Amino acid sequence: MKTILEAKNINKYFLDPVKFHVLKDISFTVSQGEFVSIMGKSGCGKSTLLYILSTLDTSYEGELIIDGEMATGKNNKQLAVIRNEHIGFVFQFHYLLPEFSVIDNVMLPAKKLNRKPLEEIREDAMNKLRLLDIAEQADKLASRISGGQKQRVAIARALINDPAIIMGDEPTGNLDSKNSQNVFNLLRELSVEKNLTLLVVTHDQDFADKTDRIITMEDGRIIK
Amino acid sequence: MNWRVIIQIAGRHLITRKKQTGVAALGVTFGIGTFIILMSFMTGLNGMLDGLILNRTPHVHVYNEVKPSEQQPVDYYEEFKNSFNVVRSIKPKMNQMRIHNAVELMNDLERDERVKGVTPQVSAQVFYLAGSIQLNGRLNGINVLDEVKLFNFGDYIVKGSAEELAKNSEGILLGAGVAKKLSLEIGDRVQISSFTGDLYHLKIVGIYQSGLAEFDNVQSFANVKTVQKILGEGNNYISDINVKLFDIDQSKQVSKELERVYDISAVDIETANAQFETGTQIRNLITYAVSVTLLLVAGFGIYNILNMMIYEKMNDIAILKATGFSGKDVKYIFISQAMLIGLIGGILGLVMGFMLSVAIDHAPFETEALPTIKTFPVNFNALYYIVGVSFALISTFLAGYLPSRKAEKIDPVEIIRGQ
Repeated sequence: MKTILEAKNINKYFLDPVKFHVLKDISFTVSQGEFVSIMGKSGCGKSTLLYILSTLDTSYEGELIIDGEMATGKNNKQLAVIRNEHIGFVFQFHYLLPEFSVIDNVMLPAKKLNRKPLEEIREDAMNKLRLLDIAEQADKLASRISGGQKQRVAIARALINDPAIIMGDEPTGNLDSKNSQNVFNLLRELSVEKNLTLLVVTHDQDFADKTDRIITMEDGRIIK
Repeated sequence: MNWRVIIQIAGRHLITRKKQTGVAALGVTFGIGTFIILMSFMTGLNGMLDGLILNRTPHVHVYNEVKPSEQQPVDYYEEFKNSFNVVRSIKPKMNQMRIHNAVELMNDLERDERVKGVTPQVSAQVFYLAGSIQLNGRLNGINVLDEVKLFNFGDYIVKGSAEELAKNSEGILLGAGVAKKLSLEIGDRVQISSFTGDLYHLKIVGIYQSGLAEFDNVQSFANVKTVQKILGEGNNYISDINVKLFDIDQSKQVSKELERVYDISAVDIETANAQFETGTQIRNLITYAVSVTLLLVAGFGIYNILNMMIYEKMNDIAILKATGFSGKDVKYIFISQAMLIGLIGGILGLVMGFMLSVAIDHAPFETEALPTIKTFPVNFNALYYIVGVSFALISTFLAGYLPSRKAEKIDPVEIIRGQ
């Protein structure tokens, strides 16, 4: 099966306030269609690892390969292009732009990618919203919908450029149990039906148990 | 770089903050509007004042100056050659007032390709007579149609016309001050006595008013031939030659040449009117200083608003960067916001400046001293409008640049992890 993400001997140090070895020799791969969760206690370095894997953090040692492309050593502009094209993000907080309508929020990354005419992008965005069952909210301002809906819009936005991998940092962390169940089911469906690759950081054991594979971290190392 | 998305985001930010945007744009509007008004009005005024003197001042004025001989007789005497000679009470050299061989000199000048035109003048000391009262005066003989063409003489004929004088060999354009003192009007006759005591009756065909009282109280104009007759001289008697060049900057060079070649006095316009140039420069300097100050204030306003906006928009910046917008994209979003404010404010400023300039242009401004001016002078030069908009864009660009750099450098990981 195709390897989507590969981390080779990743080491990271925090220099402030004192030198601290956060990530120690992390190596693993994620294959196409896998739904992987990273578990661990607070401060074990799981979020730090996710931000390195997502190319947002560039100060590390080791190698990172995304969808067959070496991400390590690229400049910020090139990394922005990789994120735009290959990575979708879902964070604990939705990060929708409050002045824009729901559909505009979903369209933004595709407009940046600028590969399709505007009409087609709008059609794609509507499809993603339908997939997540919030198409009827498309023309509302992003600040005017409920928390659960916002998170679903954020997932639609992550999907708009058909990325190779979706990365999530506690994507259900801010939601009540019902909404969080909904969001998990959505992600699960995407993984199964669309053969989408997902890598999610969580400390919710129930959530993790339902994924394909759990990577457990402790003190900056993968222990399982 | 995908400008459509960048402008869309920038525009949306501005539209959702109408009040802030409006206040920031208004700052630019006032800056640019004031610049346009000041520039138009100041340069209009400058043009008028320069015109008052410079337009009718010849670029080179050729005349014979009364002065003592450089070499006194004692200097020619061999025996005193090595001694220190002191001559007291030196008198100017007896010299004719006319320019030697003036007709030839004028022909030479006409042939010079730098010269646009040449007019001769004959100047005579006269008295205006009213009963037993004699008023001091000066009568200038001119080729009036040439003067109108070259030196805008027509602007200063407040009653009557230049053509009337050209047709009438016994005509005179009387100075406004003289006409007032003598209570004379167009169509009346004025009695003039020459230095030698001969009397002449000239018909008033027009009134001349320059706006400078000391001029208008003594000066009158007649045809060259008339004045030559009053002086009892032939038609080669010319006391002054006025030269207009194509390029005013050559006046100094031409006057030097004339002095050297023809051994006469020639004064160029810059030497004669140095103070006008200085006045113009200082007025322009003040205008630019005031406008730049206003724009600086507007620029600080924009700087502040953008700075606050960037703090407010940390989350948006973080997610834009996470979803693939580069630091440069984010920087351009905020710079375009600043420049959109500058563009809107600048264009409104141009409209405001133009409308107020039109209002000023129509405001009545009548003064005895300036007979040709009826309203305030305003210079509608498109250049100031172009400079104005460029000013607006440059200053808002600078105001937007620093905050935008900060937005460019924001690390999305810090924002996202800090939530």
